[in-house]
Amino acid sequence: MAEKAAPVPTPETQAFWDGCAVGELRIQRCLDCGEAYFYPRPVCPRCGSQHVEWFTASGAATLYSYVINHRPAPGFEDEAPYAIAVVQLAEGPRMMANLTGVRNTPEDLVLDMPLRVTFERRGEVSLPLFTPAGPTA
Amino acid sequence: MSRVIIAGAAETDQVGKLPARSTLQLHLEAALNTLADAGLTTKDLDGIATVSFPGPVQVAHSLGITPRWMDGTAVGGTSFLLHVRHAAAAISAGHASTVLITHGESGRSRVGTSRYALSPSSVYGQFEAPYGTFGPTTSFTIPVLRYMKEYGLTHEQLACVAVVQRRWAAKNPRAMFRDPITVDDVLASRIVAWPFHLLECCLVTDGGGALIVTSADRAGDFPKPAVHVLGTGESAETPLISQMADFTQSRAFRLAGQAAFAEAGIAARDVDHLMIYDAFAHLPIYGLEALGFVAKGEAGPFIADGNTEPGGSLPLNTNGGGLSYTHTGMYGMFAIQEAVRQIRGEAAAQVAGPEVSVVLGNGGMFATAGVLVLGRQPR
Repeated sequence: MAEKAAPVPTPETQAFWDGCAVGELRIQRCLDCGEAYFYPRPVCPRCGSQHVEWFTASGAATLYSYVINHRPAPGFEDEAPYAIAVVQLAEGPRMMANLTGVRNTPEDLVLDMPLRVTFERRGEVSLPLFTPAGPTA
Repeated sequence: MSRVIIAGAAETDQVGKLPARSTLQLHLEAALNTLADAGLTTKDLDGIATVSFPGPVQVAHSLGITPRWMDGTAVGGTSFLLHVRHAAAAISAGHASTVLITHGESGRSRVGTSRYALSPSSVYGQFEAPYGTFGPTTSFTIPVLRYMKEYGLTHEQLACVAVVQRRWAAKNPRAMFRDPITVDDVLASRIVAWPFHLLECCLVTDGGGALIVTSADRAGDFPKPAVHVLGTGESAETPLISQMADFTQSRAFRLAGQAAFAEAGIAARDVDHLMIYDAFAHLPIYGLEALGFVAKGEAGPFIADGNTEPGGSLPLNTNGGGLSYTHTGMYGMFAIQEAVRQIRGEAAAQVAGPEVSVVLGNGGMFATAGVLVLGRQPR
C-alpha cells in the first residue's frame, strides 16, 4: 500500500514542525495588530507588518466544517470513509485536520463540537490532528 | 475601458470521451473551428492567450501565428474569462488587434496532458495533502456543511441544483447526461464525499473551445452577430480551501462580480441569462448570492422553487453545466461559449432574446474568480 503524504518542512515553517515534534502547536501572531495567523509566513496577513512572533497555541479548537471522503487518497485506504475537516483554533486561525478518537460519521461529527490537538508521527515529522475535547465523543 | 467584441466562438467538433485527440489537438481543433466561425485565418491573428499547458507559445507556433501580445494566465478554470478581460485591455492599449483564446483538455482520456503534482514542501503539501485530500472532491466540497448549518440549506435543495440543470441538459443534444433525474435519484447516487453524492459532482470529459476577441469598431464585419464585452472582473482569495475567510461565501466571486457589473453599468435585475461555473452543486448557490441575485441563504430555495429552470425567471446554466453537459477540468471556456450562443440566438436550449448574459468563472477551489458581462448591444 502507498504511504500517506508526508510534509517536508521549509525554512519558514520549520518552527511549526519543531513545535509539533515536542507536542506543541506553535503558530504566529502580529505584534502590531495582535492578529494570530496560520499557515506560517513572515508577514501579518491582516495589517502587513513584519513584526511577528511565534507562540504556542492552547491546542483547543472547534469543528468548523468537514466532508467524509469515500475515495481515499494513497495510504488512506484502510481508513475510508474518513473525515477531512477544517478546525477553528481558540486563538482564531483555522487549519485542516483529520479527526481521531471519534467515529467519522455525520452523527458523531457535529459542527462546533470542542476539540483538542493531538499528534501523529508521519514520515520525518509529527502531524497535528484533533480529537474530541469532552469526556466522551 | 475598451470596447471589444467576441467575433468568433466555437467548441471542438465533439465533447465527451475523445481518446483519439491530445490536449494540444483539442486546442488546435477549437482554434480552427473558431477561425471558421469568424471568417478569419491564422494570419489575421496577432494575439494569443491560453493556460500554461500547452501554453500560448506552443499553441501559437502550432498554428503558425507570430504573436505581438500573449497572455499565459493560468489560475484554474476561470482563466479564459481573465484572458478575455486582459485581451480587452491589450486591444484598448493597442498591443494587439485580434486575439485568439484557446482551451483544450483531455481531462478524461488524459492524452498528452501535463503532470499535476504539488511538492510535499509546498504550502499545500505541508498543510493539506497530509490529511488525505485527493483532488477537488475532497477539498472544494468542505465549505458546504458550514453553509448548511448557518443558512438551513437542505440536502434536498442541494440535490435540486443537479435536477434542474439536467432539465436544461435534456434540451442539449451535445450534453453527456440528458436523462431526467429526481432529487431521490441524486440522494441515492453513490456518496463521493459526504454530503456530496456522485450526481452533485461534475463530469470529467475531453473537449475544447476558443474565442476571437477584437475591437467593437469591427462589429458587423463578421459572419455571426457580435457579442459585446460590456464589463469584466477578476479576483483571488486563497490557494488553500482551509484558509477561505468565510465558508458560507466566496469573496472572489463577490469582488469579481462587483467589478464587472460596475464596468458594465448593470445591476442583477438587468441580467437575462446567467452561467455559473458548477464543478459541484453548491457553486451555483454561492454564485447567485455573491452576484446579488438573491440574499444570503436564499439561493437554495430559489433554485428548488424553479426560478432557474427552463421557463423560469432567471435561466441558469442552460447548456446543462459541468454537472450534465461537459467538464474537462477547466470548464470556464464552456460557460463563455454558452453565453455567446445565447446572445447570438443559436443555443440548443435557446432562451427568448437575451440582451445581457453574465458568466461567473471559478478557478481552483474558491481560489480565483472571473466575471464577464456580455451583451447583444454596446452600452
